[in-house]
Amino acid sequence: MRSYSAFAVAREAARYHMGWERAWASPEPKKKYEVIIIGAGGHGLATAYYLGKNFGITNVAVIEKGWLGGGNTGRNTTIIRSNYLQDPSAAIYEKARSLYETMSQDLNYNVMFSPRGVMMLAQTQHEIRGYQRTAHANALQGVTTEWISPGRVKELVPIINLDGPRYPVLGALWQARAGTARHDAVAWGYARACSDMGMHVIQKCEVTGVRQEGGKVTGVTTTRGDIGCDKLGIVVAGHSGHVADMAGFRLPVESVALQALVSEPIKPCMDVVVMANTVHGYMSQSDKGEMVIGGGADGYNNYTQRGSFHHIEETVRALVETFPMISRLKMLRQWGGIVDMTGDRSPILSKTPLEGCFINCGWGTGGFKAIPGSGWGMAELMAKGQSPLTDAFSLDRFKEGRFIDESVAAGVAH
Amino acid sequence: MSTRLATGGRLIDRSKQQSFTFNGKRLTGCAGDTLASALLANDQMLMGRSFKYHRPRGVVASGAEEPNALVGLGTGARFEPNQRATTTELFDGLSATSQNHWPSLEFDVGAVNTKLARFLPAGFYYKTFMWPRSFWKHVYEPVIRQSAGLGKAPDAETRDADTYEHFYAYVDHLVIGGGIAGLETAKRLGETGARVLLVEQTAHWGGRAPVDGGEVEGQPVTEYIAGLLAALNAMENVTLRSRTMGAGIYDHGYALAYERLSDHAPTTQGPRHRLWRIRAGQIVTATGAIERPLSFAGNDIPGVMLASAVRDYVENWAISPGDRTVIVTNNDDAYRTALVLKSHGLDVPAIIDARVLPTDSALMAEARAKGIAIHQGHAIDHVMGTKRVRGVAICSHAGEGGAVIEEIPCECVAMSGGWSPVVHLWSHCGGKLNWDQANAMFRPDLTRAPTGDKGQAFVTPAGAANGAMTLGDVLEDAVAAAERASGDTRTSDAPKAVVAVEAPLAPVWMMPQGASIKHRMKAWLDYQNDVKVSDVQLAAREGFESVEHAKRYTTLGMATDQGKLSNINGLAILSGALGAEIPQVGTTTFRPPYTPISMGAIAGEARAEIFQPIRKTPIHDWLDKNGAEWEPVGHWRRPYCIKQAGETTEQAVHREVKNTRENLGLLDASTLGKLIVKGKDAGKFLDMLYTNMMSTLKPGRCRYGLMCNENGFLMDDGVVARIDEDTFLCHTTSGGADHIHAHMEDWLQCEWWDWDVYVANVTEQYGQIAVVGPNARKVLEAIGGMDVSKEALTFMGWADGELAGIPVRVYRISFSGELSYEIAVKASYARELWDLLMSVGKQFNVMPYGTEALHIMRAEKGFIMIGDETDGTVIPQDLNLHWAISKKKEDFMGKRAHERADMAREDRWKLVGLETVDGSVLPDGAYAVGEGTNANGQRNVIGRVTSTYHSPTLGRGIAMGLVLHGPDRMGEVIRFAKTDGTTMIDAKIVDPVFYDKDGEMQNV
Amino acid sequence: MLTLHCPNCGIQADETELAPGGEAHLKRYGPGSSDDEFHSYLFTRENPRGPHFERWRHAAGCGKWFLAARDTVTLEVYGTYPAQTLEPPQDIKDAITAKHPGWQWREFS
Repeated sequence: MRSYSAFAVAREAARYHMGWERAWASPEPKKKYEVIIIGAGGHGLATAYYLGKNFGITNVAVIEKGWLGGGNTGRNTTIIRSNYLQDPSAAIYEKARSLYETMSQDLNYNVMFSPRGVMMLAQTQHEIRGYQRTAHANALQGVTTEWISPGRVKELVPIINLDGPRYPVLGALWQARAGTARHDAVAWGYARACSDMGMHVIQKCEVTGVRQEGGKVTGVTTTRGDIGCDKLGIVVAGHSGHVADMAGFRLPVESVALQALVSEPIKPCMDVVVMANTVHGYMSQSDKGEMVIGGGADGYNNYTQRGSFHHIEETVRALVETFPMISRLKMLRQWGGIVDMTGDRSPILSKTPLEGCFINCGWGTGGFKAIPGSGWGMAELMAKGQSPLTDAFSLDRFKEGRFIDESVAAGVAH
Repeated sequence: MSTRLATGGRLIDRSKQQSFTFNGKRLTGCAGDTLASALLANDQMLMGRSFKYHRPRGVVASGAEEPNALVGLGTGARFEPNQRATTTELFDGLSATSQNHWPSLEFDVGAVNTKLARFLPAGFYYKTFMWPRSFWKHVYEPVIRQSAGLGKAPDAETRDADTYEHFYAYVDHLVIGGGIAGLETAKRLGETGARVLLVEQTAHWGGRAPVDGGEVEGQPVTEYIAGLLAALNAMENVTLRSRTMGAGIYDHGYALAYERLSDHAPTTQGPRHRLWRIRAGQIVTATGAIERPLSFAGNDIPGVMLASAVRDYVENWAISPGDRTVIVTNNDDAYRTALVLKSHGLDVPAIIDARVLPTDSALMAEARAKGIAIHQGHAIDHVMGTKRVRGVAICSHAGEGGAVIEEIPCECVAMSGGWSPVVHLWSHCGGKLNWDQANAMFRPDLTRAPTGDKGQAFVTPAGAANGAMTLGDVLEDAVAAAERASGDTRTSDAPKAVVAVEAPLAPVWMMPQGASIKHRMKAWLDYQNDVKVSDVQLAAREGFESVEHAKRYTTLGMATDQGKLSNINGLAILSGALGAEIPQVGTTTFRPPYTPISMGAIAGEARAEIFQPIRKTPIHDWLDKNGAEWEPVGHWRRPYCIKQAGETTEQAVHREVKNTRENLGLLDASTLGKLIVKGKDAGKFLDMLYTNMMSTLKPGRCRYGLMCNENGFLMDDGVVARIDEDTFLCHTTSGGADHIHAHMEDWLQCEWWDWDVYVANVTEQYGQIAVVGPNARKVLEAIGGMDVSKEALTFMGWADGELAGIPVRVYRISFSGELSYEIAVKASYARELWDLLMSVGKQFNVMPYGTEALHIMRAEKGFIMIGDETDGTVIPQDLNLHWAISKKKEDFMGKRAHERADMAREDRWKLVGLETVDGSVLPDGAYAVGEGTNANGQRNVIGRVTSTYHSPTLGRGIAMGLVLHGPDRMGEVIRFAKTDGTTMIDAKIVDPVFYDKDGEMQNV
Repeated sequence: MLTLHCPNCGIQADETELAPGGEAHLKRYGPGSSDDEFHSYLFTRENPRGPHFERWRHAAGCGKWFLAARDTVTLEVYGTYPAQTLEPPQDIKDAITAKHPGWQWREFS
């Protein structure tokens, strides 16, 4: 693979860029691979990448029904942070965040990770206590966060309205080394690197069945024929329940729509990511200048990649309160993705009842930020049968009543 | 130069001159102008700069599809970036500024990028800016961000001076688009008697037809349109709204329309925008079609415009785009532009037609008859000029360019690559498209329409939006659309139109057809985002084969016009590069809104004070006047404390605690949830809901209860009073009333529907006042009216009675550990009772107290607080509340859950009291550290603080927390880490009841 | 933006009046059930691409719960019926069969 650099671009410019080769190959499927990953989104590609990089397993196919990175990887609001409360969450998200820091260099692909900082506003006494607890937990988890005053919030986000008549800003939890990245580039960069290691990224190939013998996985049937494997990873987000059905087990997962929107691009006015959970909205500004806005998920099962407009209204209303200057900006585009929600809203990275078959799903609204950490842990789990990053996220936790609940701030106050 | 013609202009009123400014320069236009037409009238061809290369750009279109002419409009609190000049109606005093340049529109330093364009192809940034690593954040990204973006950001402290509103409409038929198709369809639908709403995005009815001309039913088309309008206006069941854009179509017949009420007249009173939330039985998308540019070198130079736009500017606004206009086309329609120009006395030196036709079509013959030179089989090799067109060089279309046959001087180039139906709204909710090879366009596949709640098709396209490209076909389809929408067959024939027969279009995706790379690098597809033919081809070469990949890699179609001009051309280039058919490559997804809509309109009326209306107790106003420092609790406000003059918050809180413990405190407890549960099976029901036994409670008595969810976690707590055999009153937390009520209804309606139980939420029907402290009984006795003695009203009892004639229900319960009466009173009496308690209480040193004093006093007593000691992961056993978990009951919510492995675990963290060794206050949320680290390198933890306060009563810090084996470790000192992770605070594990362990204070 | 017919008050209710409540016809398992049964009751939900039986509450209307058969791909509503129903009514089953011959949902078909 030819290395990307400013020199390479300059050299190609002399030839009118006619000499660039494909970023990833487009191979025909082989009869058999050591590992098949279903799903060429960020998590699936990262799993394949770290199987190769960390464990030397390169006889790998990543099979994708549509086009790589075409699901939630390319539909999210690109926020990367690791200021989670519970230890297992903080571990995997912080692993991911630290891998994001060097991802452009590791992959020789500029994923534009921008550690611009993420703040979570506290707008009630209850939220203050919740975030102070998170700050304490983070300190012991190796995640650098701090509690900041309203004054500091205003310095970092000049467009914020601290004194909203309804919910004044009382402070914020600030993670300076959190940020954003270019979502498509993450998928493309991993795909290119996987392809370079000799792995097969096979697009437009739909898995129609999972083959097994004696309780052990042997391969998959696809729209492009049967493909054998020793190990199978199912990494298909909103479609997990569907593929798990093929493999003969059930998941505690439901698929719902999550929506986002962007404004028209304007010159830089907000350098950090702000999340306002009391009013349910968050916003950042992309390098292109668009205000990138997200809110809550719809509450009913839905595979349409469309949501209901009243959620957009609620989110925008909340953000117009928080950032009054956006009132005269315009919404350019709204869209939806299908997210897979588990019973405790934390992901599942686990062995399954089918030997040799592994599942990575349930990322809900938070998958993008976890991609490299999830891939790292999943690769270790698949290669070695166990990984400290994924242990707590096993499927059996629901039966045991052992939950990883990040929504603790949603308690009730007198 | 562009200028105003001496006569004509069907939309302008020359008698009303309007003065406006552009980049500070004072200019004049006419009423009826758009900003774009007014600028052209003043020879302001250059209107903006492109996104990436900062290329000089002029207006290219005349409507919503405009990618170039975006301006900042207005100033101060009314400043709005990225407003399209083509859809901005001129008004007197309008102030516009051009965007994305420094220092000025004419001389933009950023334009150096255009010289570097060769080094900045699609996706170059994915391949560069990687070293050194820290440079992305500190150098590259800030520079990129600064040069990206389009319009100026409004000032940080801007508060929008305008208001917005939402409207609701429920109609049988929503017709989107007030062109001739929409008008005809609406009229036919209106005639069925159905409720019809017709919306049109511009200020004018009739769409393109008045400019394009033709005859309908023997009348000029303008007269026919006037007739349709008159008929529609006469129908009471039809509502017409102009300046109202169909913004989006959503599931089950929901649609959004965006009405711009005062953008064209900012001094008008009332809201600026109105967002219509429409539920329609059927939606007709009569959204017309958009002309496509042609891809030739220099097609972005100011003065190169769509042929239809040139025609619009001449006919509608009497604009001469220049003395000489060269037409370049692959179809007959552009000839109309040539004829219109000629008829206004303007020169058309050449029509360059990529086609070679065996015989002249009617329009062609007409042009030839007017003496216009037609160059068939030719192409534009390149456009000459930089900030405005100077001329075109033409070559053979069959070639690869470079072999210039002739240079033709001109000021304007009018191009037409054919038309694309506006299928956006059709597609928003899943309508599918077919590729129409003959017309080289995607059109709706009527067999795959969006489906509604009954599985029925609920959107139908009409006219040009359905691919009908001539006036006759448009009208025929409009009538057919009315049939499709109403299900009725037509009662009269479609109107007959007379139009010229056109020769077929020839698809032209690149010009000349074999354009060399040098040409392709100057042939723009997406003007705003600077995506050229060569960029899409590069994407294909690098494996970005899916249309979504190509779009995202090149940013084609991602600009503010969302690809209205560029998508089909880009798609054709991509399919050409891949050697695939266009329909196999497919389109990107069309997403709402059709054109951008203001955030203000989306937010609607609910701004500022009414963003989320505040719930107020009957005592709210008194507290507000008397120094309450408010804190949001759910949708209520509760006083954190009630400050006296000169006090700090902390001083006030400490005073309130002290006074309540020593004298008399009053708490507005009205926000507590109050649910009446009534019926023969009420006791049985509450036994299922609470962990403890409620059915054995005697009338006249109260019991503290815990509620778990089915998953075993504590969800709420409160005091339950039994009113009579069949009636209970359940108190919930302030934030919990609504969801506990819903929770009860859920189980009653969906699981135990055969039980005789009814629930009513009476939270707001009653005010509740806690009268607390050693003087509590004294004040009630001083007011008089009922016996509240120790004997008559024992602890955990309640009684109905009167206080000074006010009917009250008095609960003798305590959340502070003091002698305490909670008095429930009809909301309308609550303020009277409060005032009475304050005045009579004066002799007993009464003072109101707030939530923080409440919290401190309950913590001093070791009482748990839902939301502090619980967080959704805590079970009652963790809080040593075994006494409140019935062992006798076979079943209650949470019982089965508590049997699971993880909940039965011996080493769950348990509630204890915590006292710092030095008497300081433990930080809220601090964790207790254990030995070593876990497998992920995180410090092991053995507990955490759940509540922590300075106790004014004890004069030291007190806390509660959950600690590993906590209750077995009384007296042990453990270490809590501060947020730096290293500074430690030592705290001793103690009994959580810090004050009055034997309960003597309340038992008097 | 769904609309669902509320079988209690008889109106066609807008989604903004409604609160979704997850899968319908769940059998409650309490004390005495196995870990598998209890786990399945709490967490294992049907998540089909197609007909879905679900609970809704007319929260900003009559306040009553009702059940709906709705397609998660097309969002077609095959019918709504009172919450106090143990099995989907036959006409709704028929409506589903017309679109999805051979459909199955737990013990119903």
